Amino acid sequence: MMNDPMIRAVDVHKHFGPVEVLKGVSLDVAKGEVIAVIGPSGSGKSTFLRCLIHLETVHRGTIRIEGETLVSTDAEGHCRYVPDPEIRRICGKMGMVFQHFNLFPHLTVLQNIIEAPMTVKGLRREEIVPKAEVLLKKVGLLEKRDSYPSRLSGGQKQRVAIARALAMEPDIMLFDEPTSALDPELTGEVLRTMRQLAEEHMTMVVVTHEMAFAREVASRAIFMDDGLIVEARPARELFAAPEHPRTKAFLENML
Amino acid sequence: MNYVFDILPPLLQGTGVTLQVFLITLVLSVPLGLALALMRISRFKTVSGLVNGYIWLMRGTPLMLQMLFIYFALPFVPVIGIRLPDFPAAIVAFVLNYAAYFAEIFRAGIQSIDRGQYEGARVLGLTYAQTMRRIVLPQVIKRILPPISNETITLVKDTSLIYVLAMNDLLRAARGIVQRDFTTTPFIVAAAFYLIMTLVLTYGFQRLEKKYAVYDE
Repeated sequence: MMNDPMIRAVDVHKHFGPVEVLKGVSLDVAKGEVIAVIGPSGSGKSTFLRCLIHLETVHRGTIRIEGETLVSTDAEGHCRYVPDPEIRRICGKMGMVFQHFNLFPHLTVLQNIIEAPMTVKGLRREEIVPKAEVLLKKVGLLEKRDSYPSRLSGGQKQRVAIARALAMEPDIMLFDEPTSALDPELTGEVLRTMRQLAEEHMTMVVVTHEMAFAREVASRAIFMDDGLIVEARPARELFAAPEHPRTKAFLENML
Repeated sequence: MNYVFDILPPLLQGTGVTLQVFLITLVLSVPLGLALALMRISRFKTVSGLVNGYIWLMRGTPLMLQMLFIYFALPFVPVIGIRLPDFPAAIVAFVLNYAAYFAEIFRAGIQSIDRGQYEGARVLGLTYAQTMRRIVLPQVIKRILPPISNETITLVKDTSLIYVLAMNDLLRAARGIVQRDFTTTPFIVAAAFYLIMTLVLTYGFQRLEKKYAVYDE
């Protein structure tokens, strides 16, 4: 299993009613890779990310996480997910950060972070609190440990959300437009935290509109359009010399 | 003034009955209402459909009718026909009726919680039950305190309906004295008692709301 990619998605299809959102997306993500997924809105990039962690179900295709099958499709086209406890265990290898943070407003910053390790992993409070404090220090918010999320700025909220995901010790981190809901002056602090994670060789898939981040931090950039991956290449190459005309047009628009 | 003291014992006795009906109903109908709400939002259509019908029935007919039915008609219903004494019959009617109202309050509260909360919990590995218990319901309580408070205060006054089963609650006790002594003073005393009970409840709910005000959403 050593050679299994962290994520293997093969021919993933997804539709919402009659609207085909993913038309056969395939992607391998190796350990330590940082993938930036870019593309116009409605291209299916967020949906693809959500399929990886089973927030959406696929209608065809295969997804394997660290060699373990989450969903597979047989020759007749029947799509089968593994049983629920397996899904939970496999998706537990991944952490996710959302555009709108999704912090729990009734819990303090510290409680947000220790909730899942205690409830899901059964850790005792005194085991997890020191770890949570290390994570808070890492994202620079230790002094906010007893604040409620409503007292934090957007950038602080997102950093807490990152710490909360990391507290479950995932092997892979998924980011769904983590800075899109932030005021421009607050994106920097979140991107810095993500860059730090990338430098620690966390495997990351980042759906983003931050082209500078994608170019500088990502090892590979993927351009999606209309439910398909149009171009997937080392980030610097893709930004320096996009091959596909649609990629070109998109980047010219963005930069 | 002496007269007021003279009529206090029967009125206090009536208050005792009123409080019993109130407390037992509250303690039983809130959890039942929560269970109904969770069934109502179930993805199993039969379950949610049945609960939907139940709520329609309970909110669509008068509580007094339900009480009379359980006391007088239930014994003659085939299969489940049982004869209940007056107090249990009243309690059953109140619990079944109030649970329907509480269920709708809980449902509205649960459905007002942002989908992102479920997703946030899900990607952290929480099961549906854990998400409900640890994430959703604590937030629901804060949101539904005002309507729950409303319903609870209504319940205090609705208890006076048990007079139809000839039980001596506060209001019936007062009325008995009014008819005996040809004075309306017992009504005024009874009103004062109701006001004291609702005052205590109002205060209690205000305290709860304050407690939940430590966080904003």
